[in-house]
Formats: sequence, structure tokens, C-alpha cells
Amino acid sequence: MKKFLQSGYIFLVFALLYAPIAVLIIFSFNEAGSLAEFSGFSFVWYEELFNDEEALTALKNSLMLAIMSSLIATVIGTFAALGLRYMRSKFLKATVTSITNIPMMNPDIVTGVSMMLLFVAVMTIINANDFMGFGTMLIAHTTFNLPYVLLSVMPRFNQLDKSLSEAAQDLGCTPARAFFKVELPEIVPGIVSGMMLGFTMSLDDFVISHFVSSPNFQTLPLYVYNQTVHNVKFSMYALCAIIVATILAVLLIVNFAGSIGVYKTQRKAMGGARK
Amino acid sequence: MKKGSVFQRMAAAPHIVWMIMFIVAPMLFVLYFAFTETTDSGKVIFTFSNVASLSQYTNVFILSIAFALIATVVCLLIGYPLAYFMSRTTPKMQKILMVLIMLPMWCNLLIRTYALMALLDNGGLLNSFLESLGLDKLYIVGSDAGVILGMVYDFLPYMVLPIFTTMSKLDKKYIEAAHDLGCSSWQTMTKVIMPLTVSGVISGVTMVFVPSISTFYISQKLGAGKIDLIGDTIERLFKNPSTYNVGAAISLVMMVLILISVWVMNKFSDDEGGIIV
Amino acid sequence: MKKLLIKIISASLCVIMLLSLSLSLASCEEEEGKVKTLYVYNWGEYMSDGSEGSLDSNAAFEEWYYKTYGERVKVTYSTFSSNEDMYAKLSAGAVSYDVIVPSDYMIERLIKEDMLAPLDYANIPNIKNIVPEFYGPDAEFDYYDEGNVYSVPYFYGMIGIIYNTDMVDEADTGSWDLMWNEKYSGNILQFNNSRDAFGTAQYFLGLDVNSADEAEWRQALEKLRDQKEILQGYVMDEIFNKMQGNSAAISAYYAGDFLTMYEENDALEFYYPEEGTNLYVDAMCIPKTSQNKLIAERYIDFMLSEEPAVANAEYTYYASPNRLVRENEEYKAYMAEIKEDAYDKIYTTENIKATPYKNLSDKTLAMVNNLWEELKSDIDVSPTIYIICISIVGSLVFFGVFFGIRKKKRNSY
Repeated sequence: MKKFLQSGYIFLVFALLYAPIAVLIIFSFNEAGSLAEFSGFSFVWYEELFNDEEALTALKNSLMLAIMSSLIATVIGTFAALGLRYMRSKFLKATVTSITNIPMMNPDIVTGVSMMLLFVAVMTIINANDFMGFGTMLIAHTTFNLPYVLLSVMPRFNQLDKSLSEAAQDLGCTPARAFFKVELPEIVPGIVSGMMLGFTMSLDDFVISHFVSSPNFQTLPLYVYNQTVHNVKFSMYALCAIIVATILAVLLIVNFAGSIGVYKTQRKAMGGARK
Repeated sequence: MKKGSVFQRMAAAPHIVWMIMFIVAPMLFVLYFAFTETTDSGKVIFTFSNVASLSQYTNVFILSIAFALIATVVCLLIGYPLAYFMSRTTPKMQKILMVLIMLPMWCNLLIRTYALMALLDNGGLLNSFLESLGLDKLYIVGSDAGVILGMVYDFLPYMVLPIFTTMSKLDKKYIEAAHDLGCSSWQTMTKVIMPLTVSGVISGVTMVFVPSISTFYISQKLGAGKIDLIGDTIERLFKNPSTYNVGAAISLVMMVLILISVWVMNKFSDDEGGIIV
Repeated sequence: MKKLLIKIISASLCVIMLLSLSLSLASCEEEEGKVKTLYVYNWGEYMSDGSEGSLDSNAAFEEWYYKTYGERVKVTYSTFSSNEDMYAKLSAGAVSYDVIVPSDYMIERLIKEDMLAPLDYANIPNIKNIVPEFYGPDAEFDYYDEGNVYSVPYFYGMIGIIYNTDMVDEADTGSWDLMWNEKYSGNILQFNNSRDAFGTAQYFLGLDVNSADEAEWRQALEKLRDQKEILQGYVMDEIFNKMQGNSAAISAYYAGDFLTMYEENDALEFYYPEEGTNLYVDAMCIPKTSQNKLIAERYIDFMLSEEPAVANAEYTYYASPNRLVRENEEYKAYMAEIKEDAYDKIYTTENIKATPYKNLSDKTLAMVNNLWEELKSDIDVSPTIYIICISIVGSLVFFGVFFGIRKKKRNSY
């Protein structure tokens, strides 16, 4: 009975959580293009979506921005983690880490407007038009990706023994070579997860982009926003359905691949034990 | 120990430069705009008038804090039992539920909010359903309840996930020990499980409270532009260059407000942590 | 195993990144090398976009331009939802637009602030298609820009009230009063821009919409405050989905948009309030900062030619000042098909008291801005919210003290 109530509660909350998304997905197949009645199953809105150049450009922009910003953040962040590791001043170290975390702690809207004020000020100083766009978006996204990269790389670094690098240097490596040959391979998992995290954060971001973008560089979330403040085209429902399906697929793959890994290692361990 | 080489010491330099340019400088600009104004003759002067003019927004602040507080508590009340029940299912089930709770988290907030609005709108599916049952329509969109509901719906996963993570890491031996020592289920819950999951609750509370207090899309859609929260006000003021100064002042106040509440919450967790041991 | 997986993931990520990087760089070069970009900034839902078999005006322009001048031009089209938003974006200078389509009073302001470039009509021969009321020596509707030095009229229209006949009693209609009728509490939508929202109250009260008297504006503000309690919300283009989906019963909006909504929901009806209403002209202008003025002028010229003008008129349902549109039989038939009296509703200005908005002085503008801010930030925190919050904070304090005491007790053992 107790068990039943518990599962019932879980089911109820998840049902409520998924109801709006489910409605969105179901009605994206509605031929009539209305939420009022379901007139017939059709892919017409998906077709419309794939002919909508604006949406496709937004997708391309989003991917490009997410990849480039996470890449830049990963490079800067990884070296920063290295530098912080060997930083002697405790105070400086603490200051740098806490300032880096500001974009993570601050509400997005404050980060967004502060960036916008900076860009507007620079724009008036150098008297430029056409300033906002890809460049400003890239800077903003890289900035809020940085703390996530540091967050995933730092612990990996801390697990690493400093004497490893020192040993390599004693054996004749330059410090740079020691880093690339000895330390870097060990922290790759942290780097990858930091990059992935940054990639998804960047793809998902709306609020900060809203303040630093311009109409000529639109990402997917901005496209969705512009749709929802105007007369919503029904192809947006199709877009949302595709986004949800993609995320579900990625989550399942990550989980599934992970469990295969676990399963295989388990088998290997068991096989080893049998031998 | 060896001193770091030039390479090692300089490795953080690009990051520090980036940080100063794009984190510190923008913050300074917020400060600068909050305490200056441009006179008619185009001169920039130091002033407190922007901060003083915020008294106009007292109710906006009160309402935003109240909504965020209510949404956080509701999320906690729904999310805590959910995380607890989830942690008691089989490992395989837990994995599936994990994916299910993470999917809405990764799914864009705009999409979820819009989907919720489409469902709840006066002419939406919910109301058509109620009407077909012969019941009265529920006017949720454009009401306080609508905005709070939107916050709860959007941020519930952020509450559940950290609590669930701490719960599943919880050593089952503590619970067994409590039972062995004669604790009832209720006592086990309040004396063992709850104190041990405080850290999860704190991070859940932060993750719900901060985005709730600063949201503008949820209030725009579910409040239909009528219920203005701090986020909406900031967004509107930053649409117009002549009101950047007041907007910066509000942003500054909100930033301070959030830093204080995060600090208080961390303090709270330290105290609680003291109780456990 | 895990290491291998990570290696594969990172390797594939690198490959993807390099590929997309080179692709994007390549496409950038291509665009910068050959194709010029024309930035057009227009109202939302204000140009035929190729949906449902209509003409995609911007794509048609690109094609026409290539055929006529042998040069590739790419139109980057973006939209705004109010004149004030457009002005803010333009004056912030984030983007240099080439063609913008503001309304009359905003054009007046832009001219005053020296933000528009005078047009060279040698590049806009199709101006001859504009009817004499809107262009020429006898023009009546060039009040915002005498002689159309800076602007070419795009569409015009009037504001009226749209209501849902299933929800609204016919007897209540006819006046602005409907938007203040408590019977429909929770089902009324108001404009989400200061000028139009204040306008509704001013017309209702019989005040001058271009007044410089603060007391009069305050009077309108009080009226809007009264209304706020019974409103569902302040919205702009969200109105389409709300009215089409029966989510609201009453809203004031632009006449042409009513027909767009009517197409989806035939329970809707429309009238011009008897107290008088606003007449507006939206016109195409070129900002001073434009970097492609010649192409921009050709763009304006193209929009005045028959095919795009008719397509846009059929898409927006707004009244066109273009002779070729008005005389187009197919267009007339199209309008009649949508709604019998559509053509008359949109074009007939007789017997309707309609006045335009004029640009206000800087001082009045700042005042109106403040009043609008006052209206938007005028929020009642309901007692229920207070009670809930106090009980939450109360219980938090209670638990805090409770645990605090327990902890102290325990420590004292």
C-alpha cells in the first residue's frame, strides 16, 4: 500500500511535469495548426520548419556559437586551472576563483545587462555601428562558460600529484612540455566534461543573449522568443518537439553508453576473478 | 617544493585578463551607471537620484521576493518527498527517473513556459476540458497564481535533482541503524535523513530562488505583462537608453539582495551542519 | 573502456569543431566578398513572408535585384513590436538598419532628431503609384513629413476594438467603454506600449492625445489604473494567439490585424469606437546610418510595385496607399472572400472621428515615459501573498530558534 502511494506520487508529479510538453509535441502533428482541436495527423509543420530559412540559420548560429564559445572557454579555463595550481599567493588564488564564479552566482539578467552596458560604452567610445552580434555573443557566452570549465577541470588537477610534473622536469622536460605530456592526458576527462557543459549552457542560454545580441545574429532560443512574442507560427511547435526529442535521445545515449561501459567492466572484472 | 616556472605562472594570465575585461569591468559599469546621470547638457554627474527613485518600485521588489519565496517553498514541499520516493525505487528505475527529471532541465525554459501557458490560457486545453465537464473556467494566466505556478513548474527539477543526488549517496546503514535503535519511520526521517540531506536542500533552494526572483519571461507569459517583477522592470528599462541608469540601480540592488540571501543560506547550512554531528 | 570512449568523443568533437569553424569562415568570406546585406527593420506580421503559398516579398526582392542589377543582395529582416522599441534599438546604435518602417509620430521624432536620410526619388520611380492623398502637392496624409522628404507611406489604418461575439454582449459594444466593462474582467487586453495605451484612455475621456498638459495625462493614467484591475494583461502581437484561441474577449488593436485574426476565428467582430480613434500611417524610411542607401531606395521602390504591394496588402490586410493595390480586382475579390465588408472596414474613413498622434516635446515624452513606468510598477501585493509569506518566514524563524535552542542545550551537556 505504502509502495503504491509512493509510486502514485512519483507518477503524478511526472505526469504534471510532462503534460504541457506532451501537448506541445502532440499538437505539432496537428494538421489544422490550432490548439483547439486535433483535425488530423500530419507532418506539414515539420515541412514548413525545414523550409523556414530563419529557423535553420538560427540553428546554424546556435551550433557555431556553442562550439566556438565552449572551445575558447576550455582553452582559457584549462590553462587558468594550471596557473591557479601553481599560484603562490593564496589571496590572489581565492580572488580569481571567486570572481570567476560571479557569472554563475549572479542572476543571468544582471550578467546580461552588465555585459550590454560594457558593449554599449565601448561602442560609443570607438563610435562604431554594427557592434553587437556574433562577436559580443561569443564574448558573453565564453565568459559564462568559463566557471563551468574551471569547475570540472580543477578537481581533476587537484587529484594529480604535483611531483609527477616535477619528475618530468627533472628528466629534462620543459615545464610546458611536462604539462602537455604528463598532466594534460590525465585531466582530459575533466576538460571534456567542462567543454560539454559549456556547450549545452551556451545552446540553452536565452537571457544573456537577449541583451547582447542584435537582430542579425539570432540563436535558436532567441528565435523561439521572437516567435512567442508575435503571432506564433505552428512550425515552432515542430521545432520544440524536435528539440525535446534530441535532448531525450542524447540523455538516453549518454545513459545507455554509460551502462554498457559499466556492464562490460563488470563482466571483465568477473572474468578476471574466475580466472 | 619547486617554484612554478614562467609557463606555469603565466598560464592563468589570459584568464585573468579576460576576467577583468568581461566580468569585473561590466560590474563596474553597472556601478557607474547606477550612480550617475546624464544632464540635459550632456554632462555626466554623480548622483544618488537613481537609487532614490527606486522607492517607486517597492511593491515590485516585495512581490518578486514573495513570489520567489513561495515558489521555492512549494518546490521544496513537492520536490523533497519526490526525491525521497525516487531514491527508494530500484537502481534501474532510479536511472530512468533521473533521465526523466533531467529532460525538462535541459529543455529550454522558453519552450516549457510557453507550453504551460498554451495549456493554461483562458481558451487553452485545460479550460476547454473544464468547460466540457460543465465547470467554471480557471483564469490562471494574468494572475499571481499563474506566475507562481510557472516558477514551480519551470524550476521543480532544479530542486529535485540535488536533493535526489544527496539522498542516493546517503549510506543506507544510517537508516538501518536508526531503525535498529528503535526509531519510528517518522523519527528516522526527521532525525537522520533530513539533517543528512540539508546540503542538497540548500543547493536546491538556491537553484530555484535565484532564477525565480530574476525571471522576466515567466511573468511576461503567465502574468500576461500585467504582473511586473524585478526582471520585467530591468528588461523594460534596458530597452530604452534614457533609462539605463535606473535599470542599473535596480540591477545593483537585486545583485546585493541575492548575494545576501545566498550568504544567509550558506550560513544556515553551516549551522544545520553543526546540529547533525 | 571509459578512456577509449572519452578519446573517441574528444576526437569527434575536435573534428566537428574544425569542420564547422572552417565552414563558417568560408561562408563568411563568401558573404563578405560578393553579397551585400540589407538590414530591414519592420513591425511584426507586417510583410508577406511566403507562408501558405503567398509571395515571400524579401526573397522576391533579392531575385528581382539580381535580375535587374546583376548583384546579389541579402535581406536581413527583423521585426519590432512597438515604435518605442524600434526607437530604442535604433538610438542605441547596435545595428545600422537600412530600411525601417515606423509610424507617423515616430517619423516626426526621427526627423526632428536628424536620424533619417532624405530620399532620392530618382531611385524610387514607383512613387507615382501612391495615391494623391498620400503623396504629392495635395497630399493630406503627409502631416508627419511635409512633402515626404524622408518617408514613403507603406500602409495606414485605424485602431479599433476587436471582440468575441460568443463572449461579449452586442449591446455593450460601440464605445471605448467596453474596455472598462467589469463584466468582462480577466478577458480584456490592453496595448503594451505607452502611446497606444494612453491613447485608448484619452479618446475615451475626450482628451487631446497630443496634449502637453501633465494634468490631462494624469487623468488618463488614473483611467488606466482603474482598468488594470480588470485586465488580463498588457500585450502586443501576442494578441493574435489570444484572440484567435478564445483566450481573451476584448482588445484594442490595429484594423488590419483584425482580419488576420478573423481568418482563424470567425466569432470575432470589430468596430471603431464612437468617441474617436487613432489614425496612423506607417512609412518606409532610411536611417542616416544606412550603409547601402541606394539598395535601400531600390528596396522601397520594389515594395511599391504591383506584385509585392498586393502580396503585402493581402498578407497584412492593412489599408494600402498604393493605387495599383486599390484598383486590383483580384485583391478586392480576395478581401471580400475573407469578410464581406472587409474592404470598406479598412478603407472607409468617413464618419469615423480619427486623429493622428503627433510627436511630443522631449519634456512631455519624458513625462509620459514616467507615467507609463508608474502604471507598470503600480502593483498591489494581495493580502493572501502577505499572509503566505509571513507564515513561511514565521515557520522558518520558529525552526531556526527551535534548532538553535536544541543545539545550545546539546552543547551544554
